[in-house]
Amino acid sequence: MEKDISGTTLRIAQILIDELKLEDITPETFDPDLDLVDEVGVDSMDLATVALVLRDEYGIRIDEDDYPKLTTVRIIAEYINNKLNSDD
Amino acid sequence: MKTVSSLLDERWYERYKKISKLNIRSSIYDVTDHCNLRCKGCFFFSSDEHKAASEEKDVSKWHTFVEKEMARGVNLAILIGGEPTLCLDRIEAFYQRLPTFCATNGLIKVPRERFPDMMVGISLWGSQEDEILLRGKDTFKISSNNYAGDPHAYYLYTITPKQLGKTEQIIKNVEGVGLKVHMQLLSNDEGVDGFSWQPEQLMDIRAEMDDMLDKYPQTVISSKYYHEIITTGRMLGRPFGWSECPSVTITHDNRTPQPKRLTNFIRWASDLKTTHRCCTSETRDCSTCKDGAAHMSWVMVNKRGHIRTTRDLQNWIEVYEMFAKLYQFIPW
Repeated sequence: MEKDISGTTLRIAQILIDELKLEDITPETFDPDLDLVDEVGVDSMDLATVALVLRDEYGIRIDEDDYPKLTTVRIIAEYINNKLNSDD
Repeated sequence: MKTVSSLLDERWYERYKKISKLNIRSSIYDVTDHCNLRCKGCFFFSSDEHKAASEEKDVSKWHTFVEKEMARGVNLAILIGGEPTLCLDRIEAFYQRLPTFCATNGLIKVPRERFPDMMVGISLWGSQEDEILLRGKDTFKISSNNYAGDPHAYYLYTITPKQLGKTEQIIKNVEGVGLKVHMQLLSNDEGVDGFSWQPEQLMDIRAEMDDMLDKYPQTVISSKYYHEIITTGRMLGRPFGWSECPSVTITHDNRTPQPKRLTNFIRWASDLKTTHRCCTSETRDCSTCKDGAAHMSWVMVNKRGHIRTTRDLQNWIEVYEMFAKLYQFIPW
């Protein structure tokens, strides 16, 4: 069954804000298409930290080779939903 | 939330875009245990790293090794000592496959018909007097004959406290032979008398390095933020040291919490099996380490920390550009 992408997007934004200690931003105001690498300076170590939280929360494993593709909140949400759907 | 585009005007944003996708993954390789000089303060010999492993002499194994390094994601090979140019076949194993930087004392000329565009960094420890005192000979006379006007070579000028007030003549000498120069500071691993930095000397040399960059912008490859970091040992309010260094070999890195670091960085010994703790001497006190590349990398891996103010982010861009120029990812 298709999971709720907007709910996932908001939750990922919240995880990013918490884990990376991003200031002056809320999940609701987080542009899901903002380039996390180019615009926010997220690097592979940041993504590894976030991946651990996502693994615990969604029960999915994010391959390190996939990190370079995960450049926006929306793309991460779609990646998670695809993983969850493929497990259904 | 601060973002890159909210902090930069169009001109700076264009500069940022040129470096933001480079994704440089470097590792460092000891090419040989031998050198044709024995410089006082050279960490390779002072910390017995030349005895850490017996160098691999089978060139085919170097070729296989480089293939494995590429599979590990390395896209920049930094070749150091002993003296790499004593073993050109080994250098070739890297150069045929990867962007390659070769550190050298410049006494042997890299044959350009064999390595036409390999970046060569020639070590220079100061004036004729200091070169003779620390290295036993005036290497500039020989190296400048070998490399004058070479567009793929630059001097890596290790400044000592004895050079205070004298750097301009060195810069002029380098300019005179049509080369560029990058500056770093001696860490004085062997405690040579009079060559350890005192706090007030570091303040003075920072001002002098800034002055050289202002006066010789076409010759000096540097940035004032780099000068600040390397002379104060502080960045974003934090001191440099073991808990912050980005250039620790990944397999030796058991630090908690894990700091920002170079991805999968390893410094290999010349047996192609042994690894060293970090990019420089294992016996060095990290809190006083002055290694230029480690300090540059420290800035580069802390990109998000610099997305704070316009000046902070411009500083980060300038240091990244400096690194990218020194390793030929962008033009001078």
